[in-house]
Formats: sequence, C-alpha cells, structure tokens
Amino acid sequence: MELDTVLMSRLLTAMTLGFHIIFATLGVGIPLMISIAEFIGIKKNDPHYRLLARRWTRGFVITVAVGVVTGTAIGLQLSLVWPNFMQVAGNVISLPLFMEVFAFFFEAIFLGIYLYTWDRFNNPYIHWSFSLPIIIGGGFSAIFITTVNAFMNTPQGFETQDGTFSAVNPLLTMLNPATPTKVFHVLTSAYVTCAAILAAITAIMMLKGKVTAYHKKALRLTMSLTFLFALLTAVAGDFSAKFLADHQAEKLAAAEWHFETEQNADLILFGWLNEDDEPTGEIRIPGLLSFLAHGDFNAEVTGLEAFPENERPPLWVHYMFDLMVSIGFFLPAVALLYLVVAKVKKWNEHHKGILYLIGLSGPLAMLAIEFGWIYAEEGRQPWILRGYMTVEEAATSSPYVTHMFFLFLALYVVLGTLCVVTLRKLFRNNPAEEELEKHYPSLEKGDNE
Amino acid sequence: MSYELVGITVLWIFLYGYLIVASIDFGAGFFAFYAKFTKKDHVINQLIARYLSPVWEVTNVFFVFFFVGIVGFFPETAYYYGTAMLVPASFAIILLAIRGSFYAFENYGSKQSTLYTFLYGVSGLLIPASLSIALTLSEGGFITEENGSVTLNYLDLFTSPLSWSIVVLSVVSILFISATFLTFYAARANDLPALKLVRTFALFWSTPTIIAALTTFIVLSQHNERHYENMLDLWWMFGLSVGFFLMAIWFLYQQKNYGLAFISVMLQFLFAFFGYGIGHYPYLLDPYISIHEGATHASMGVALVGAFIGGLLLLIPSLILLMKLFLFDAAYVKGKK
Repeated sequence: MELDTVLMSRLLTAMTLGFHIIFATLGVGIPLMISIAEFIGIKKNDPHYRLLARRWTRGFVITVAVGVVTGTAIGLQLSLVWPNFMQVAGNVISLPLFMEVFAFFFEAIFLGIYLYTWDRFNNPYIHWSFSLPIIIGGGFSAIFITTVNAFMNTPQGFETQDGTFSAVNPLLTMLNPATPTKVFHVLTSAYVTCAAILAAITAIMMLKGKVTAYHKKALRLTMSLTFLFALLTAVAGDFSAKFLADHQAEKLAAAEWHFETEQNADLILFGWLNEDDEPTGEIRIPGLLSFLAHGDFNAEVTGLEAFPENERPPLWVHYMFDLMVSIGFFLPAVALLYLVVAKVKKWNEHHKGILYLIGLSGPLAMLAIEFGWIYAEEGRQPWILRGYMTVEEAATSSPYVTHMFFLFLALYVVLGTLCVVTLRKLFRNNPAEEELEKHYPSLEKGDNE
Repeated sequence: MSYELVGITVLWIFLYGYLIVASIDFGAGFFAFYAKFTKKDHVINQLIARYLSPVWEVTNVFFVFFFVGIVGFFPETAYYYGTAMLVPASFAIILLAIRGSFYAFENYGSKQSTLYTFLYGVSGLLIPASLSIALTLSEGGFITEENGSVTLNYLDLFTSPLSWSIVVLSVVSILFISATFLTFYAARANDLPALKLVRTFALFWSTPTIIAALTTFIVLSQHNERHYENMLDLWWMFGLSVGFFLMAIWFLYQQKNYGLAFISVMLQFLFAFFGYGIGHYPYLLDPYISIHEGATHASMGVALVGAFIGGLLLLIPSLILLMKLFLFDAAYVKGKK
C-alpha cells in the first residue's frame, strides 16, 4: 500500500510533537516547582521541603534527557520533513529558533550546575539561585518557540515578491498578533500541569498509605500552586478566545461549531454532528459565545461560512476544544475543593475521594495540553503558514517518510517505556522516609502520624 | 566582511566546537564500553563518569545550535539537505536519542546495565558516521535536482570511496581526540592507573588518524578537484595541522604536559577543519548552494548575528562557571566533591 507522503509527514510530526510536548511542558514547569520548594525549605529551615526539591529534581533530570533528545528530533525534523516550509519560512522565523537554542543552552548549563552542587556551598541560597536561570531559560525557550507557532497562525513582518519573502522585519515577525495570548497560555498551562502532576504523584503515594508530614506538605504546596496557575490559565484561555475572534475567526468558529455569522451567538457545548453536519445533543447557552469572544452579548461573531470551503479547519476540533476546556475547569475545582476542606478543621482533606480526584487531575492536565495542541494545529489547517503556504505544499517529496514514521514510533515507545520504568525504580528503591533520615538525621522522629 | 561570511564563520566555529566536545563524549562512551568488555572498567569508568555527568547536555546543544543556525543563515540548505538527509539524519537523531536518554537512565536511574553501556558506546561511533554523510554530500555529485524534486543517489553514496574514507576519518578522529582529553583529565585527577590506560589508547589511535586524514585528502582530489586545489593553496594550514599532531604525539611520549598535548590536538583539528572549510568556499552544497546566493535577507542575517553576540555574552560567563566548578576544580576532578 502506498501511503500519501503528506499524510505521513503530518503524522510523523504530530507524533514527535505529541511526545515531545509532554517533556517540554515538564521542562518548563517543574523547575519553578523545585525552586519554590527549595526556597520554602531554606526560608523555614524545613528539611521536608528541601528533600522535596531534591527528589523532584532527581526525577526531573530523567525527563529532561528525553526532552532534550526529542527536542533535537523535532528541531531537525522541521527541515527533514518540511523542507519547503523551512526554505521559505527559514528566512523569516529563524531568529526565534536561534534564540531558543541559546535559551536552552543557558538552561542546560545551569541544570548541570544545580544537579551537582547540592551540598557544595555553605550559603544554601547560592545553590537555590542556580535554579533561577533554569526557570528563566526554560521559560524563554517556551516563549521563543511559541512565537514561531504564533507566526504560523498570524504571519506578519515581511513582504512577498514572486513567491519569496522579502523585506523581513525579524522582530515584527516574532511580535505578531498571536504571540501575547499564546505565550501567556503556554506558560500558565505548563505551570498548572506540572503542579497538578506533582500533586497527583503525592496523592497516589498517600493513597498507598504514605500519609506522612512530608507528603502532606507536598500536597498542600502543589495544590495551592495548581489552584493559582489554573486560574491564570483560565484567564489566558479567555484572552486566547478573544484573540481568535479578532484575528483567526475560522479557528474559533470551527471549535465552537459556529457556522453563520450572527449577533448574540450561542455557545455550543459538547454534542456531536449528525449526517448533515448539524450539532446534535449539544448544550446551548444563548449569547455566551458573543460574550466570550467580544465581551458583549450582542456582539457579532464571524461564522465558518464566511470562509471559503477549502480554507476551513476540520470540525472535529470541537471535541478537542471541549475536552481541553472541561479539564481546564476540572483542575481549579478540585484544587478549590481540597483547599476549602483543608481550611475547615473538622473536615479531612486527605479523604480518599479527594485524593482520587487529585490523582486524576495530573494525567488529565497533561491530556489537556495534548488536546490543546491538537486543536491549535488542526485549527490552522489547511495552512502551515496561514494565508501563504499549505501543509501540502510544504511537505517533503522523499518517499521514505513512511519508513521514518515507524522507526520513530519504535523509538518513542522504547523511550517512553524506559522513562517510566526508570522513574518508578528510582523512587521505589529509595523511599522518601529513608532519604530523609540519611540527609537530615537530626530530624525528630514521630512525624509519621 | 559580509554578514553571510560572518554567519558561516560563526557556524563553522560552532561545528568545530561540536567536533571537539562531541568527540570527547562519543569516544569516552566507547572507551567505557571497551573497558567494561575487557574487565578494566574499574580503572577508568569512574573518571569518565565524573567528566561526562555535568556536560552531556551541553554537547548536544552545540549540534542543535549548528543546524538551527545553518537553516537560519542559509534557508536553501533546509530544502536540499533536508530532503536528501531525511534517512541518514533520522538515523542520527534516533541514535542521539538512544544515547542521550540511556545515559540518563543508567546514570540517574538505579541499575547498571551492560546493554545500556553497549548502546552508549556503539551509538557514539555510529552517530558521527551518519552525520559525516552531510560532509560527503556537500562535495556534490550525490544529490540531484530534477523537476523541482531533490533526490539522493544512495548507490553512488555507498560505493563512493570518499564517503567511506570520511566515515573512517570521523570515527578514528573521535577516538584519538577523546583519548587525548581523557589522558589530560586523568593526569589532572592524579589517577595513575587510568592515566596509563588512556595514554595507550591515545597513542594507539594517533596513527590511524593521520593515515585516514591523508587518505581522505587523496580521495577528495579524485572527487572534487576544485575543492582539492583550494586546499592545496592553503598548504600552510595543513602543514600546521600536521605539526601540531607531531607535537601532541611528542608530549604523549614524554609523559608530561598532557594539557599541552590536548591543546595541540585541538589545534591540529582546528587548522585541518578550517583548511577544509575555507577550501570549500563558496559552496555549501557543490554546485547548488553557495553562501552568497543561498543566504537569507540582510535584515535577518544582521538580526541573527546580533542575537548571536547577545547570546555569547550570556553563555560565556555561564560556561566559565561550569568549567570552574567541574573541569578545573581539582578537588571535584579528584572525586573529593
């Protein structure tokens, strides 16, 4: 069977990105959590928090390794799989790609230093300060790469002449209309996801019976951070929707199944499409789409029919969008529940039910990242560079891309499995209680309630 | 100096940097495996691990930096090399991925596994072999463009003496560079048993290195006369390269000044690498891409150079800090920290 090279190119890239984004998200968010834990530990002189930072770091390094190698893969695949895109767009977007490497380099250097200098300095704040360049480097990597993605959605800062780009203004290409909301959304969602995942790990340990002071502190910290960043992510999501309504209306319309341009537009939640592509079984909230898109219930929202048929994104992105948003509401709800129950003395915030919900919120948060990116990428179809180049024009002509797809599939299966196996071994063979005694033998026993 | 010339010079320096740091890394991986295989791992593996642990990520970044930079400055390379290198570069990515992640799994995970060490050692030799294909392709004759589609002629590539001599050269150079560095590092750590072992590695791999270099030179004269003639005009650079090679051997035999021995090896490769690169000018891919026609717009070129300078101002102090803490901190090298 001869498979279409364009389709295989898309699948290969989707697979690499889908795998890489897990580790990239951890790479952006976890350092912030580690840094906060270490800072609290030093400030309160509490070994529990410092051990938390140590243990998180140890697991983090393994995921960084996978992030680095898959990041290298996607970096090269941009040229290998989309040579025509990089030939044209390389002229315009190479600056942020180039700076991303610098940001990552910066992060990598300090990660190496941070890892190997835990007990080397008398002043503990020196070691802590090495976490800051890691956070900054990781954050800026995300920012630079996101500007590239934003550019693909709302390209600007150049002129076209006979099919090639001329008069390029590199800064204007980076600061395109999609950049602010996208960067905000990517950063906050990475932070909330990492907080939720660390909370989920703690909750699962507690469900397994490890209800110690160490675990309780870890849960309190990560749940508070989840709540904070989940709220910020919701704000960022709202800004993103308003941005789409103004600059990329077809993407919002496809996600909301909003076909006809109208005022006082209804918001369609859930549901499915019948044979005539009409929403069925949906929940309709009158006027809410207008409000979400423009902050006014009577505002006009552009519908999908305003765009030529061959320039509309596929309608199934609605499901991705709904899943992402649902998880986006689930996360702060669980965090709020935990925080409220913890506030009331009589109630037990370590109730099994709550711990289950928290354990669920970590994987769900990562799924929301995946759904969000699938929506972001599919919602731009058929374009790779909106208005200028379609994915079909951009793909490689090499017939070997199908083989490469299966080769990389095997690679990711092996890497993913080994990563999980290694992480489990790492922590199972070295439980927190033992390590606490080893590093901080002076700590009083009896913390275990 | 035009921005495209600045661009290619900077990129070539970075590729040279990658050549050195990656060689140390790749070769060390192979020696670690070899030592395990011959039951000598207790002698050198501690030394290798102490050096590799803090720097492995940094090595990878040199490479990413190079290919992102070359596509930035010369987007045409994405079109030709991107299409032609899909298969070899994908193999290199997979090997790099296996290597990098397995290193972390073994080192930061709990279990020591011979399989990991084996993959780590062997991938280090296969990666340069597959990446060096790009250098072979750049000489022209393997990539053809017809009706707007680029194809790589695999049969020509695999039967070409040029591609094989470049592969051999890359592998033996790696082992030579790495062994010389480890000799220096062992001497610094005052680890005499390890020093004795890695010094014999360094001396052993010196001869194949120079033979492979000369062979490649001769084969290149058959394949790309223009490049070869240009390199002959730069005879003094290659003369210096050979001179530094002899100096390095001399220091190694003398059993002292191992630091100078490693610096000599660095200079040997610096002159050879730049002699080769300058001889290649003006082509990035003979005859399809020249650095003048293939360059990006001036505004982007200038922005990239600006970003590069800004980046260096940030990175150099950080790298110095890293080296101070690990490479040049005698107590750390000796294993006391």
